[in-house]
Formats: sequence, C-alpha cells, structure tokens
Amino acid sequence: MPSDIVIPVSNPAEAAAGQTGLWRVFKPVIDKGKCVRCWVCALYCMEDVIDEGPDGYPVVDYEFCKGCGICANECPTKAIDMVPEVRE
Amino acid sequence: MAKTVMDLRRGPKYVLPGSAACPGCGAQIALKWVLKILEGRAIFVIPACCTSVIQGPYPKSAFKFPVYNMAFAAAASTASGMARALRAMGEEDIHVVAWAGDGGTYDIGLQALSGAAERNEDMIYICYDNEAYMNTGIQRSGATPPKAWTKTTPTGKAEMKKNMALIVAAHGVPYVATASIGYPADFLKKLKKAKQMRGFRYIQIFAPCPTGWNFPVDKTVEIAKLAVDTYVWPLFEVEHGKLKITVKPRRRPLKDYVSLQKRFRHLTDADIEELERTFLSRWEALERLEAQGTIFL
Repeated sequence: MPSDIVIPVSNPAEAAAGQTGLWRVFKPVIDKGKCVRCWVCALYCMEDVIDEGPDGYPVVDYEFCKGCGICANECPTKAIDMVPEVRE
Repeated sequence: MAKTVMDLRRGPKYVLPGSAACPGCGAQIALKWVLKILEGRAIFVIPACCTSVIQGPYPKSAFKFPVYNMAFAAAASTASGMARALRAMGEEDIHVVAWAGDGGTYDIGLQALSGAAERNEDMIYICYDNEAYMNTGIQRSGATPPKAWTKTTPTGKAEMKKNMALIVAAHGVPYVATASIGYPADFLKKLKKAKQMRGFRYIQIFAPCPTGWNFPVDKTVEIAKLAVDTYVWPLFEVEHGKLKITVKPRRRPLKDYVSLQKRFRHLTDADIEELERTFLSRWEALERLEAQGTIFL
C-alpha cells in the first residue's frame, strides 16, 4: 500500500459521544429498602452503567446514564424511581 | 465465559459508556450481550447502520473491540475475506462477526450474505432487526411489518415482512436462530451454541427502536417480550436443517403489542385482527415445519 494513504482509525474512549448529565430529563434513583439485588436493572442497562457499589447494592453512574428508564420499568420490586432532573 | 444470564451484566465493558445511541436503544443492549458472550474475542464488520453511528464521532470510538466499518452491501463479503485471512494465519479462536441492521441484511446486503452462506464461510452473521432504516430517518425496509407506519409508508406498509431467517436457513448453513432482547436466557443459549460451532452461523435479534417505532423509551424490553408473546417474533433455531421452536409462550392478544407503539396507531380493530391472523398463520407454518424434522439440506 502506498505510504501516503492514511486509514482513519478511531480509538476506544469513554464519552466518545459526550456525557449525558447535560441533557438527561429523568434520572433513576434506587430505593435500597425495596431493592432485592436481583440485578435485572444492570442486565438490561443499555449503557452498562449500573454496577455493584461497595455496599453490594446497585449504583448508577450519572455521568453516562441516559435516563431511558428501562431499569425502572423492568425492576420486579419497583425499587427504581425516575425523578425529574432539577437544574440550578 | 458467560454461563448464566447474570454474567451478561458482569465483567469487562466492551461497549464503553458515552456512546451515541439513543436512550432506550434495543440494538445496544444486544451488542453489549453479544460482546460479553464472545468475551471480546471477535472482529466486527459493520456496514452502514445505526451501529456505525453509535460508535461516536472520529477520532474516538465507544467500542473497545476491533471494528471494520464497511459499505452497505459488503458486510458478509468483507467478513468472508477476514475470516479466511485469520484462518490462513493460524488464528482459530477469534470470531469474525458481521453485525448488520435489517437494511444491510434483508435488502442491500442480501447478495453478499447469500454468497457467504453458500460458501459456508466461518463467521457469525448477526442481524439486529429494528424493522426499518432507522439511521437515515425511518424508511421502510424488507423487514418492516405489514401496516406499520414509516416515513415512506405514511398510510402503513402494504407488503409482508420477509421471512429472512428461513431464507438463510434454506442455504443449508449449520446454524440459524432468531433471538430477542426480551428473552435473555434463550439469547445466551443460542449465542453460546453459535460460538462453539464452525461455518456460517446466522442470528437475527429483535431490537425495538423507540425513535422509529414511536414508543416511550422505557418500554424497549417490555415490547421485545410482547413481540414474542404475541407471535410477532417467534423464537426458533434451525440446526443442521432441523427446525426447533425454542420458546412457546402462552399467546397474548396482538393489541397489547400494537397499542404501545404509535407506528400502529392508525390501525382499526379490523386491521389488528387481520394482522393477528397473519402472524398466527406464520406461527402455524413454523409448527408444521418443526413437525417435519429435517427440512433443509
């Protein structure tokens, strides 16, 4: 291949298309009293941002959560509330 | 190795957070699961489809695995060459995955797909089916179901949806399956089976699209489940020419499925009934094929 041909290559990085905290409308808030740690929320999370916190309960990364609400809709114990974002 | 459904939430992230997918994207859930099942040991060939955009703008990419972006018609032919090159170099345990939308599978990519299936190339071809050209702005495709609204079928599509999985199965390839993000256990089982086989494997994943189908973003998985339960998306596999329906749900009325989506809002009760009969007769045809034993050689 001639050396003057450049093949554009993208490199993996978080926030390739930006963070979501700026435009998210609703955010999921997990009620630990109702959560039974079945992890269905994390299974279906499209952004893969629900992880196990230090106390063993799910924690949402709000920098990247898009607020779609699939976790809240699928949660069998309805432990997740979709709360409107409030801007100062 | 992903052994149980819960392993699909653990482990390293191959689709990094901060992608350009719409909120509630069904395709990204499927992609996340596929990567975890293949443990990232795969090279993806992606033709023009939503996933080319989900990666994010150059020079960054949300995908932490090798991706080769290709022209619309050429996913399967590119993957063929890649698989042969890898095997010639002695790499046996790296999967080549062609990951295409329904436009790149049912319509534009069909000739390359058919050629690769005929040659029994060593790859996994995955079609995530969101039932229209979503990336370019919701135009009808061969995968759009009858009567559904798209921008190019404003009064509802008049034609049927192609029976793509059976078209590929008729090539006599080792493995063909349909899967859905609403049934993760079935999804995992089929992907694991495909992973252990060699030759041309085709998997078609139902991936609801809130943007194009016009439903609330939190209903993606619910709709994927309903599609299976209302016989809109039968889950079956064709292994070495033998068809098996893997999930036989108790049938729910089609109204539960269509009433959630605004692309079907112009339907009258008579339309829904007609549609229900169509899907039911397709299901019964599948049951007859299952009873016949080996149907494709």
